[in-house]
Amino acid sequence: MTEQAVLEVNFPVKGGDFAQAGDVSTKLKRVLQQLGLETSLVRRIVIAACEAELNIVIHAYSGSLKARVSPDKVEVWAEDEGPGIADVELAMQEGYTTAPDHVRALGFGAGLGLPNIKKNSDFMEIETTLGKGTTLYLRFDHEQQVR
Amino acid sequence: MTTYFHSVRLDESKCRGCTNCIKTCPTEAIRVRDGIAVIDSNRCIDCGQCIKVCPNRAKSAFTDERSAMDGFRYRVALPAPSFFAQFRSDIEPGRVIAALRHAGFTHVYEVGYAARAVARAIASYVESSEGPFPIISTSCPVVVRLIQVRFPDLLKNVVPLEAPMEVAAYLARAEVMAETGCSDEEIGVFFLTPCPAKVTAVHQPVGQNKSRVNGAFSIADIYPEVFHLLEKVDEVDPVRSGPVGLNWARAGGESEDVNLDEYLAIDGLDNIIALFEEVELGRLRNLKFIEAQSCPGGCVGGILTVENPFIAKVRLGRLARTLPDVEFDMSSLPAEELRIRQDLSPRPILSLDDDFSEAVRKMSEIDRLMELLPMLDCGACGAPNCRALAEDIVRGQAQLKDCIVTLRQQSQEDHPSGNEPEDSVTLKEEKKR
Ligand SMILES: Nc1ncnc2c1ncn2[C@@H]1O[C@H](COP(=O)(O)OP(=O)(O)OP(=O)(O)O)[C@@H](O)[C@H]1O
Ligand code: SF4
Ligand SMILES: [Mg+2]
Repeated sequence: MTEQAVLEVNFPVKGGDFAQAGDVSTKLKRVLQQLGLETSLVRRIVIAACEAELNIVIHAYSGSLKARVSPDKVEVWAEDEGPGIADVELAMQEGYTTAPDHVRALGFGAGLGLPNIKKNSDFMEIETTLGKGTTLYLRFDHEQQVR
Repeated sequence: MTTYFHSVRLDESKCRGCTNCIKTCPTEAIRVRDGIAVIDSNRCIDCGQCIKVCPNRAKSAFTDERSAMDGFRYRVALPAPSFFAQFRSDIEPGRVIAALRHAGFTHVYEVGYAARAVARAIASYVESSEGPFPIISTSCPVVVRLIQVRFPDLLKNVVPLEAPMEVAAYLARAEVMAETGCSDEEIGVFFLTPCPAKVTAVHQPVGQNKSRVNGAFSIADIYPEVFHLLEKVDEVDPVRSGPVGLNWARAGGESEDVNLDEYLAIDGLDNIIALFEEVELGRLRNLKFIEAQSCPGGCVGGILTVENPFIAKVRLGRLARTLPDVEFDMSSLPAEELRIRQDLSPRPILSLDDDFSEAVRKMSEIDRLMELLPMLDCGACGAPNCRALAEDIVRGQAQLKDCIVTLRQQSQEDHPSGNEPEDSVTLKEEKKR
């Protein structure tokens, strides 16, 4: 049996750093493109990863984006140290946001991030502890099995 | 593998391998190998940045010779809107058009006039489109090629319409045939170009099997001749571009003509790349339309123009005031002549290997090499930065010993006697243990 090829990457994300918001997702995009993944799959992952990255920047203190790319799926973990989410069901609703005014002035905080992540991923799970932090687990299945 | 036509070329006899050009290339298409620059034809998008920065004038733009007109009974000049901005503002466009008719052309058709039709078509396409947004203009061929090689996911955002030059060629041919009763083959159509990218668009059009334009002459080449003719010719031809059509020569002019609310007009390749990265992250969905021009300031900043782009822009403003507004008569143009006839296909350059496991292996190898490289991005190895060298190495196009910094460190640390290490990777690994 041959060993399954798997690639793991891990990028730190700084909370509150709006100037660099999106940079990590752009780096992840490049990795996925270099691995030759399908454009439509890359798009879904990158859009979801960017929303997750932004949530760390906006709502948490610090965190990271990890990805594991396997022949049949891509998994992403967005982990942060932050306030946690009090009511996950509510947070998942379109339009629900706790983003403060100065963040909304920058064009974020429409309350569409988590719903958009759900739309673009094949599986999504939120683990959160108030006062400690949040971990978002996402899975994306390859539309075509890669060799 | 497909070989692509390129206007941007290298004169090897002039190249001194100075590495100035490799860092300015937006697609990392240039390497210096054995002391001479090499352009990767799959990656080059003909933006001409390397022509601008080469201190030895080793890079140049191929444009057609005037003899390309020989043998055509009717010869049509298609001046780009930027052409008119090359002349002093007291020289009205009508005189320039008349002078062109004395420079070997039998007819002149203003691309700025055809642009009016393209603007109407873009507006109705965007208004009836269901996305994906933002929709991106095709008027600058550098931008279209940039998307093909670096942002293949955005190809579906590209407006499936011809650029004004192609539409002008169709309209010019129709007009000359109607006027003279000649056949299509008797007509030669020649674009007066501000940039090498349009030359490439003529000789290897994207999204279309064959261009209706027969050749492209550099504005810089034809300018002196027309300038001298202006002294002799005192005719004034009618001008159809109008102020709005003429304004396509500068960044923002197209958007004004298209006239939509949620648009962005952006110029300069670095700005465009940064914007497209954001679009790919899904962050600009509220934007409806992007006009993007590779050259700073728009086509007046094209490298084959003669006038300073800032002066040219001021002139456009003055000229515009002298011109009557002419609306384009859309009934003269069948809708299918505006549409790009073939799919824009991606030309992705990023994938390390078609085989996933192999790509993963190469990716890990790149990470390992990045630990060894100095991360100075000095360019001395001939690659634009350390990461590009690492990628070249795993693709088998370079070796670690091309990095002189690593090489020197290794020979100093491990071989104080001065023996050349054969392979510095193994040496470094030995040292780590
Ligand atoms: N990592 C997180 N840590 C703490 N709270 C979070 C986190 N992610 C989301 N939330 C909470 O869930 C709410 C909804 O998140 P969602 O991403 O859907 O919208 P948003 O971030 O407020 O706005 P948008 O994503 O549209 O910019 C947030 O306003 C916030 O209260
Ligand atoms: S902006 Fe205009 S001149 Fe510059 S490359 Fe694009 S089409 Fe050519
Ligand atoms: Mg969010």
